[in-house]
Amino acid sequence: MIPNEPKITPELVAEHGLKPDEYQRVLDLIGREPSLTELGIFSAMWNEHCSYKSSKVHLRTLPTKGPGVIQGPGENAGVIDIGDGLACVFKMESHNHPSYIEPYQGAATGVGGILRDVFTMGARPVACLNALSFGDPKHPKTRHLVSGVVAGVGGYGNSFGVPTVGGSVRFHARYDGNNLVNAMAVGIAEKDKIFYAAASGVGMPIVYLGSKTGRDGIHGASMASAEFGEDSDAKRPTVQVGDPFAEKLLLEACLEIMHKGCVIAIQDMGAAGLTCSAVEMGAKGDLGVTLNLDKVPCREEGMSAYEMMLSESQERMLMVLKPEKEQEAEAIFRKWGLDFAIVGETTPGKRFIVRHGGDVMADLPIKELGDQAPEYKRPFVNAAKPAIIDAEDVKAPMGVADALEKLIATPDLCSKRWVWEQYDHIIQGNTVQRPGGDAAVVRVENGPKGLALTTDVTPRYCEADPFEGGKQAVAECWRNLTAVGARPLAVTDNLNFGNPERPEIMGQFVGAIRGIAEACKALDFPVVSGNVSLYNETNGRAILPTPSIGGVGLLDDFTKSATLSFKRAGEAVLLIGETTGWLGQSMYLRELCLREEGAPPPVDLIEERENGDFVRALILDGSVTAAHDLSDGGLAVALAEMAMASGIGARLSAAPDDIPAHAYWFGEDQARYLVTVPAAKVKAMVERARAASVPVWEIGTTGGDALTLPGERPILVTMLRERFEGWLPAYMAGELPQA
Amino acid sequence: MKAAVVVFPGINRERDMARTLALVSGVAPAMVWHADTALPPGTDLVVIPGGFSYGDYLRCGAIAARSPIMEAVRAHAAKGGLTLGVCNGFQILCEAGLLPGVLMRNARLRFICRDVYLRVEHSDSPFTRGYNAGQVIRVPVAHGEGNYIADADTIVRLEGEGRVLFRYCSPEGDLDPAWNVNGATNAIAGIVGERGNVLGMMPHPENHVEAALGVTDGRGLFAGLVEALKRAA
Repeated sequence: MIPNEPKITPELVAEHGLKPDEYQRVLDLIGREPSLTELGIFSAMWNEHCSYKSSKVHLRTLPTKGPGVIQGPGENAGVIDIGDGLACVFKMESHNHPSYIEPYQGAATGVGGILRDVFTMGARPVACLNALSFGDPKHPKTRHLVSGVVAGVGGYGNSFGVPTVGGSVRFHARYDGNNLVNAMAVGIAEKDKIFYAAASGVGMPIVYLGSKTGRDGIHGASMASAEFGEDSDAKRPTVQVGDPFAEKLLLEACLEIMHKGCVIAIQDMGAAGLTCSAVEMGAKGDLGVTLNLDKVPCREEGMSAYEMMLSESQERMLMVLKPEKEQEAEAIFRKWGLDFAIVGETTPGKRFIVRHGGDVMADLPIKELGDQAPEYKRPFVNAAKPAIIDAEDVKAPMGVADALEKLIATPDLCSKRWVWEQYDHIIQGNTVQRPGGDAAVVRVENGPKGLALTTDVTPRYCEADPFEGGKQAVAECWRNLTAVGARPLAVTDNLNFGNPERPEIMGQFVGAIRGIAEACKALDFPVVSGNVSLYNETNGRAILPTPSIGGVGLLDDFTKSATLSFKRAGEAVLLIGETTGWLGQSMYLRELCLREEGAPPPVDLIEERENGDFVRALILDGSVTAAHDLSDGGLAVALAEMAMASGIGARLSAAPDDIPAHAYWFGEDQARYLVTVPAAKVKAMVERARAASVPVWEIGTTGGDALTLPGERPILVTMLRERFEGWLPAYMAGELPQA
Repeated sequence: MKAAVVVFPGINRERDMARTLALVSGVAPAMVWHADTALPPGTDLVVIPGGFSYGDYLRCGAIAARSPIMEAVRAHAAKGGLTLGVCNGFQILCEAGLLPGVLMRNARLRFICRDVYLRVEHSDSPFTRGYNAGQVIRVPVAHGEGNYIADADTIVRLEGEGRVLFRYCSPEGDLDPAWNVNGATNAIAGIVGERGNVLGMMPHPENHVEAALGVTDGRGLFAGLVEALKRAA
């Protein structure tokens, strides 16, 4: 008999985030009123965060297959083949709401969660990246959030022992009250030793591993499925507390029991903890699961079934064990000082049964809870496309040199060294390219292969045109991998949007997915894992649509990777790709003209591919000495970055007559790269480009200690650096005027 | 070289260290678990690598310093055996009383990971014989608590006895507060014990040993140790 206290009221149902029609669905499904524990379980499984109920129908349109894909979306992480019997396991996931409420712990547990997703599959994590979006620098809370989030990301990754090698940091008022923390983890596993969540075999022991269960994080997943209001700070108790030390032990213990062949299936306890992990293991394996909560290691006395099932205490795993390996597995966990308890078993009937103190507290159909959760086709509207801005209509507020000096010291374009120096980016001894380049490069243990890694998205483009913005996020990711010489393999997507119950937000979501799908198809760049974060709104105002794309590329020989710094004086600077002077939605327009307007630059995926394949070939056969992709800030900013990375300047030739100078230097046309080549090789290179029908222009020569734009005063590279490096430390030290 | 790398729970640079030792000496080190009570017979170098032993949840290194294996490490050091502690290893050696002083939070109160320049102060130590005195080497740091401090008498003794082996400096080798990455007293980056056989240092020479990854300035420390042990044998 299931104890039915307290009585389930409409208020209680609403508090659990279930809509009346969803509750009716529960009643129809089980033919009776649920117990409180059952209501909690439904609420945990059917919320947006766990069920993807608003997004699933659209996510299915993403290309997820390809010759190298071993495991696409639906598991803890995606898996791709990187040759030599090895696989790369990776995923990106958001921890937005917790990081706003409690920045340090929210960010830390975001990193912890994504690392667990990767090592649950049998991979040793080799790199982390992140994409952070904060509110207006002038907002009184922004510094507090930046400081806490960065310390939390570092605090967890540094202690766990994984290098944090890349990422992005941006600021915009639309993230006020709802910052984004997207964390990506990348691991390496043996291709034939990947572990999955689907249980198999009846009567197999289900083992609880890791830290003890406490009352922290109860309802975390439901919180992530609701908007914020004025009372967000009162939600602090729903944020979990991270323990990277425990996670490091859990990693070593898990890899050891996997290596010893003890594991049938394994699932980490992330959102909705024990509930979600147990249901997923059963549902995916078409098996039932019975849990005995009396055996669950608890940190606190007197925890109820409801609390145990919904706790989001960190650093825990659930595993289906080979029965004959029980003693061996337990000994390994005891050696690492971790809890190990048999808390249930797999059963033939597809029921999810929870026992506690002699009572059955829940008895539910497992498939409907898990892979047959509700799905919505929410109504959506597409916003009108903004007009294309003619560069001739944009009056230059200042000269090109002044504009460049200003732009590189803006919050989005300035150096993020203050951030990434707080992350250990060299641990494990495989970091080939550190943060600050187009993509990070990490050697695959002992080489010669290398992984190239990056995260990208341009939210202002997505806001103006979700479809083009979605395309652009994928294209820029692909371009950044290409710019270091890597062959782009696959992506993970982390889709951050507002409230999907609003048709205009749903329109952004649908548009962005269409764009992502189109670009991924055209570039043979499948989506193998991902995460959706909706309801990113505070007091009715949504964030900029932010579909972060995390990309992985492969270098057959990491020593061939290209870097962006100018290498020596007297080399030719070549611009690859078409320049039209597209100022709509550019950083120039936003930062210097104070206009966030116009259509974003369109992405021609064929051009993107042709230009990228050409640049990659140049890098791999050693024809270029430096390579850099063009993105925010356009040509002049890219040139400045190449100069600052080396200390070597350059002298540039005049802009073409048919493009206004400011549009030429700061326009953000896509599919473009800068490379340098020895002067003697320019002719051959131009011919080669012509043969490949790739547009190329010789635009200048490296040398000297200044960047000299035509008709402008020379700008000393040391001065550029000072401005580029100056803003963020000064801001974080509180030395800049606040609002 | 017969090296042993001590692994405490939460140590995380043990694989970096083991790889470097194998690369430079040609022999893989023994990995010794903190709960063990003895080092492998014939161990001639004990290395305590970096990381966050026991999460650094108490003072850094304080719990590890009281682990079972530390008795054996103490005995090894007391016999004159070479002992190297890097980063958390340095903190552990200080907490274990094998080296004087303590590592406080970085002067700017933030974790910092970047390449720094070190001036090698003396080359007559088994740890620095691979370098010349006054040579400047570039190696990375990655720590939140590397700000070395000791009482004034200890500092005077360390300096007087030539026990400061590495100092943070400018690329040209000059002492300059701007280049003292964590604010350490006298820009101290690494010191040896009274007998010169125990070295603790904050930077990570083990991460700068391969030409393919860029800088190889850390290699000299390990190559020097191999040489010193060969001569002693």
